[in-house]
Amino acid sequence: MGRVLAVIIWIITILSVALFLNRKWWFPEGISEHTPAYDRQFLITILVVGISFVAAQVALGWAIWKFRDTGKPGDRAVYSHGSNRLEVLWTVITAVIFIGLAVMGQSVWASLRLHDAPPGSYTVEVVAQQFQWNFHYAGADNKFGRTDPSLIDDGALNFVGLDPEDPASSDDAVTAALAIPVNRPVELRLRSKDVIHNFWVPQLRFKQDLVPGMEIKVNFQANRVGKYELACAELCGQLHFKMKSYMLVLPEEELRALQVLSQEQFQARVAELLNQYQLPAN
Amino acid sequence: MSESHEGVHRHPAPTSFIRKYIFSVDHKVIGIQYIMLALAAVVVGMVMSLLMRLNLSWPGTSWPILETLFPTGAPGGIMTPEFYLSLVTMHGTIMVFFVLTTAPQGGFGNYFLPIQIGAEDMAFPVLNMLSFWVTLVGFIVILLAIVVEGNQSIGAWFAGLGPSFAGGSGTVGPIGGWTGYAPLSALGKIAGPGQGAGMNLWVISIAIFCVGSLLGALNFITTLLNMRTKGMSLMRMPLTCWAWFTTAVLALLSFPVLLGGGILLLLDRTAGTSFFIPGGLYVSGLLSGSHPNFPLHTGGSPILWQHLFWFFGHPEVYIAILPGMGATSHILSTFARKPVFGYRAMVFAIFAIGLLGFFVWGHHMFISGMSPYSSIAFSILTLSIGVPSAVKTFNWLGTLWGSRIRFTTAMLFALGFVSLFVSGGITGLVLGQSSLDLAMHDSYFVTAHFHLVMGVASIFGMFAATYFWFPKMFGRFMSERIGRIHFWLTFIGVYAIFVPFHTMGIRGMPRRFSSFAEYEFLRNVDPLVLLVSIAAIITIAAQLLFYYNVFLSMFKGEKAGDNPWEATTLEWNTSSPPPHDNFAGVLPTVYHGPYEFAVPGAPKDYVMQTDIEAEVPDGNGHNGHKH
Repeated sequence: MGRVLAVIIWIITILSVALFLNRKWWFPEGISEHTPAYDRQFLITILVVGISFVAAQVALGWAIWKFRDTGKPGDRAVYSHGSNRLEVLWTVITAVIFIGLAVMGQSVWASLRLHDAPPGSYTVEVVAQQFQWNFHYAGADNKFGRTDPSLIDDGALNFVGLDPEDPASSDDAVTAALAIPVNRPVELRLRSKDVIHNFWVPQLRFKQDLVPGMEIKVNFQANRVGKYELACAELCGQLHFKMKSYMLVLPEEELRALQVLSQEQFQARVAELLNQYQLPAN
Repeated sequence: MSESHEGVHRHPAPTSFIRKYIFSVDHKVIGIQYIMLALAAVVVGMVMSLLMRLNLSWPGTSWPILETLFPTGAPGGIMTPEFYLSLVTMHGTIMVFFVLTTAPQGGFGNYFLPIQIGAEDMAFPVLNMLSFWVTLVGFIVILLAIVVEGNQSIGAWFAGLGPSFAGGSGTVGPIGGWTGYAPLSALGKIAGPGQGAGMNLWVISIAIFCVGSLLGALNFITTLLNMRTKGMSLMRMPLTCWAWFTTAVLALLSFPVLLGGGILLLLDRTAGTSFFIPGGLYVSGLLSGSHPNFPLHTGGSPILWQHLFWFFGHPEVYIAILPGMGATSHILSTFARKPVFGYRAMVFAIFAIGLLGFFVWGHHMFISGMSPYSSIAFSILTLSIGVPSAVKTFNWLGTLWGSRIRFTTAMLFALGFVSLFVSGGITGLVLGQSSLDLAMHDSYFVTAHFHLVMGVASIFGMFAATYFWFPKMFGRFMSERIGRIHFWLTFIGVYAIFVPFHTMGIRGMPRRFSSFAEYEFLRNVDPLVLLVSIAAIITIAAQLLFYYNVFLSMFKGEKAGDNPWEATTLEWNTSSPPPHDNFAGVLPTVYHGPYEFAVPGAPKDYVMQTDIEAEVPDGNGHNGHKH
């Protein structure tokens, strides 16, 4: 019985490691400045996790394999209540590794979350609602028109509550897909009209909640042109699974051309671009 | 110690059926009642997970029975997205509260803590009875949520109570996940299906559950501190008692916070307050304050709910797992025929886990919009909690090293616990880092982590406890043959279910999606999803063996003696099952530590805690031999 259990534990260990080594079910390739750092920290951590996992399961299997009750009278276990030296040793070793990992890991967090967007960043206001994404662009004047919840009118397609009286709003555009420039810092100002949503593009390696009543800023720099899927990753109600959009990462000149278009032309052009670009193969 | 308290807890054996088995104040009966409650609740929770797997792997397939039961939620027998999401919510809520919190603590803790410390009953037997009945009411209320949402006419009746009470959305309860994040959970039916009467009942059920758990926690703490028998010093207590004690302290300090949060949420839903609802919301085409169905809200904070919920929610994880750790230590030592390695370190580790458990709730909120600086503190504290967890694992391996293992079914499940606790716990190193949580948050990687460690490992602890203590509770053995088959199927099954969850999560699969068909980047995970579903169906079916074994063995099992496992602690000093006052009028006196196996020179390979004549090098459970 014991030997069977030991072997099964080892087989499970081998199969689990094999599953993790299969690149097919790994991250989609990253497309932003900070993704290499993220992937490195993930790899280091998963190596520590994997080694600890294998070591513990192999040791457990070995103990089960080796130390059986033979039923012979007088054949007893080793009488020991433990060893303080060993306790200190493994406490210190795990503390150093675990807390070391935590401290090491802070650099990715700090680079993404502790800095404001640099000047000259391309800014988009993101307004989420059940079950739709709205992206508000400042237009040629680089100024966002005033928005107010009391002006929101989904029926009249004023999804973000843009104030038509404000001169800055005349050249603004609102679309259902996100278009950003490549190789230039981007700042997203995230808001929600109703419940909590979450901005999730797997290729960017970060999630951020959009919380009603708050404006949360995130910044990053995408470095590969293309079309990417954007999902809501915080349960927001009935059609949560369908709250989907796309993120277009465009060459700078393509984006400039977009920026001067009127609302209708902007939307039409974004629709064209969505058709033109393919989703990444992996 | 016990003499001065006899008046408090001593009560005559009841004679009527109702006082003996229904409204009993006997901690043993109450313990069994809690276990029965968990056995009933886990069926509901498991059927829900089965339905979720059916929906994910065979979308669009018609299940006629669902149409009969839920004509709106499953028209044509096909599950709607809202039906799926209510399954997610109710599965989580029922499993976490009514299974993982009831069986380990209210069930086995209630039954065995007083006996293991040599007491005649809990300190407050009536309070103990109340705690069970309050918890049962909570369970009935959560089941009502299925009825009011699933049944049109009952839902319509509830709608008469007010706008937040509309039911009958065809689901099996509310939609919000077991975490019930506001403002989705706070807005009422305007936020969509599953936000009406079912959500109210969900909040009320949890509030009732909090009260029941508080009553239980008070009892555990008082009993353990005041009612230990002569010679039962703290450091001679079995590790199970340390685990139940720490769990009770966690429950005492964390449930009131959830209770408070729940009451505020209920006020937001029914009384027009704005604790969790900010101003300026625009929901389903209506601006807050512009319509009687959507009153004016202003100034609330959605993040406040998350703080209150997780201040409870994280300690709750340890409330679920600590009793399993205690049972595992206890059972490993017994069937390894070897003292627990590092008893003192184990006690400190339990305490450290309990204490640190209160300082890490923020790791559930790294991406919530809370200050990024507090994330750094929460991240480092979270990884620190891995240290005492690792210490426990090392000590379990140390206990096995040089042992003489007897492979009973109880031992198999205890060994399974160690394996699963490592596999589930170790990925906390990934999720505890705020940096890595950025992508992993709310993905299947998280689902994998907590299912393995707080779900499956805890359940394995309870399976081990059931096979181990069943002979004491019912005077009969469970079938070892059926038990072993149950173990093999379950052990392999849970790995087959939850290991693939990790890679799905790394790929980017978000939890709480009723379908993944919309997303191209998830196309290649379909085979894994199918593998998981097949494994889940087999594993769930295997649990029928356990139910069969439990109920058959109660009446037909092989008769067990007082100490069938040759174990050392006080529960094995009394008859199986124990008499009403546990020790037939004579409380035992304790002379040794709890795990004196393989003592050199002793006539048998175990020395019971009450063996007066036995020579033990150091009976206090100290390290080394300081005689």
